[in-house]
Amino acid sequence: MSLITPVIRPGTVARINPVAKMLAAILVALALLLSIDWVSAAVALALEAVLLPFAGLSARQFWLRTATLWVAAPLAALTTVLYGKDSGALLTRFGPITITDGSLDLGLAIGLRILAIGLPGIVLFATTDPTDLADGLGQVLRLPARFVLGGLAGLRLVGLFIEDWRFLALARRARGVGDSNPITRIARQGFSLLVLSVRRGSKLATAMEAKGFGSDRQRTWARASVFGVREWRFMALAVAIPAAAIVAAVLAGTWKFVLS
Amino acid sequence: MTAENETTGGARIIARGWGWRHASRRAPAVHGLDLRIEPGERVLLLGRSGAGKSTLIQALAGVLGGDEEGDATGELLIDGHAPQSARGEAGLVLQDPDSQVVLARVGDDVAFACENLGVPREEIWRRVPAALAEVGLDLPLDHPTAQLSGGQKQRLALAGVVAMRPRLLLLDEPTANLDPAGVVDVRDAVAGTLQRSGATLVVIEHRVSVWLDVVDRVIVLDPDGGLLADGRPREVLQTAGASLAAAGVWVPGFPPARPVRRPRVAGEPLLAASGLAVGRTEFGRRRPTVVSSGIDLELAAGESLAIVGENGAGKSTLALTLAGLLAPAGGSLEALPALARGLGSQPYRWRSRQLLTRAGMVFQDPEHQFLAGTVRAELEVGPRALGDGLGRADTVRVDELLERLHLDHLANANPFTLSGGEKRRLSVATALATRPQVLLLDEPTFGQDALTWQELVALLAELVDDGTALVSVTHDRDYVETIADRSLVLHGLSFEGRVIV
Repeated sequence: MSLITPVIRPGTVARINPVAKMLAAILVALALLLSIDWVSAAVALALEAVLLPFAGLSARQFWLRTATLWVAAPLAALTTVLYGKDSGALLTRFGPITITDGSLDLGLAIGLRILAIGLPGIVLFATTDPTDLADGLGQVLRLPARFVLGGLAGLRLVGLFIEDWRFLALARRARGVGDSNPITRIARQGFSLLVLSVRRGSKLATAMEAKGFGSDRQRTWARASVFGVREWRFMALAVAIPAAAIVAAVLAGTWKFVLS
Repeated sequence: MTAENETTGGARIIARGWGWRHASRRAPAVHGLDLRIEPGERVLLLGRSGAGKSTLIQALAGVLGGDEEGDATGELLIDGHAPQSARGEAGLVLQDPDSQVVLARVGDDVAFACENLGVPREEIWRRVPAALAEVGLDLPLDHPTAQLSGGQKQRLALAGVVAMRPRLLLLDEPTANLDPAGVVDVRDAVAGTLQRSGATLVVIEHRVSVWLDVVDRVIVLDPDGGLLADGRPREVLQTAGASLAAAGVWVPGFPPARPVRRPRVAGEPLLAASGLAVGRTEFGRRRPTVVSSGIDLELAAGESLAIVGENGAGKSTLALTLAGLLAPAGGSLEALPALARGLGSQPYRWRSRQLLTRAGMVFQDPEHQFLAGTVRAELEVGPRALGDGLGRADTVRVDELLERLHLDHLANANPFTLSGGEKRRLSVATALATRPQVLLLDEPTFGQDALTWQELVALLAELVDDGTALVSVTHDRDYVETIADRSLVLHGLSFEGRVIV
């Protein structure tokens, strides 16, 4: 398993065009950022919870990939409860820390919101192959091939950088300068990595150019990227979730438009 | 561009007074070149380093760049066109296997060049499996390119070029970084593809013998402009063989001089391994993955040990472990009193500074080890780390090394701008600057010309005769014969390491 050739279990979601997945994740995120209230976040999260098991991730993959969210969301919620803007009835107070009805609501809204935006984003990305995404960006969204494929080729170098980084650490130890404090060491080693990566990048650019990349000729795409019925259905789902969340919040009277 | 169009034929190359000067250099890399290469000819391009071989081949590939990169003089034509406007006519394979892979999967990577040339999709997927079969890469199309060996990566690069159906095949030291088996695989793949397509070939390579049976013409570039020699391979090697060998080209019949060794005197034992297992900790893992185990060996002062074996057998990992850079994955590795000199017996526990005078490791890729902005500063890194500042003796040592390894005229150059041979000499010199008792080298002779080889081997022989313990990971048989007292053959995954005396 690696960053650029992830092992993705075949499934309906894995087959959906990555462009649709990306647009869906952006749509959910934007809609949920319009208000900070717990009802809309909770409804969106509940609906997503019903759909996520169908994404094709194993339980282990799911928890590993989303682990940071499960730490970040409660922490953000707790911080808001303790230090957030106070309103409504005062519940408790320890010195400068006050907990009110208002800060409790706000904390819950923020914690749920992080999960409702983050989970689908991470899960959809985890079921996406970078090569497919580049194909989609180039063929469906018609972004310039130079930009899309340059980025994809660069992503492949990341794996080499991890290897380079380890070699650089060993090399510094061998050269007698591995004893310095961690901050200096990481800074110096980072600079060495930068030098190496520029060299690798320019060699790769020459190799790509030699294969006719970046010429004026109209390029073809070996892998078709299709945006069809399946993708439109998926997009409809991506519209329905935030729509349901917003309607529920407005009906419950908790909707608070962030810009008003 | 149809499937029936199996034989593409060769391109004709014509140079008339052609020259090129890189924008950052004062002297031209190539000048006054007059040349005519007929369709289907197979040319081995030779010349000492700096004669402009790579410049010429890159110009033919159309990747030299525009006016801001340098100035061209005269004319260079492929089938009557300027190379830049003949993209797709010429296919180029470069030296470094790692930086030629573009995409993540084998099939996609081969398809990449065809896509850029606007080949229709159905035609691309007809060509890709055919190209892979032609270079002998029998792998599924979705095989990750990251899992290929160096030789496989070079054949993948060749497959990408083959799928373009070029009329001119350009190879810039395609086998310099490969082990002997990889060299033969790539060479045979090239020969096979030429047989089928009839394309013109221009190949640069230090090791003449590899290509001698494939090429039908040898051209030697003159660093002072024009050609030194041009003709049938045997004739050119007969007339120009001696001068080529003197310029560092590996010419059959002109082996580099081997140093005279002093009879070996057994020194004090320095390192002892018993049942040693070596491995590396993968990214994100806690425990090392063992690549080789059950290794027993002893190393004494003044002794030279070669570690040999197939790719992936754990040779480099063993060297890194012996050098105190990696922790043993099992068994024991003990530094004996003559080496430990008061420190604990586990080299991995020593501080980086304490390693300097005990074990020096020279990595396969010299660029991984460069830390300073100039060659001189690079050599001062070790001595500086040893004590407070640079003493008189240290400066003398650095000057001595600069002179001994012919780097004195480059003292103020940036290490990254050196040639391959100069980089190798510098990386060896950096380790020698602090006089380690054990010197470990990973593939010291990979991609080196005959001159560098000869100098390196002479220097190492001298060190061993003077009492340094030498450990070399290598595929180079001549090197082993010349300098190793014994060889340790590694067989990879948990097979025993065997010592052949």
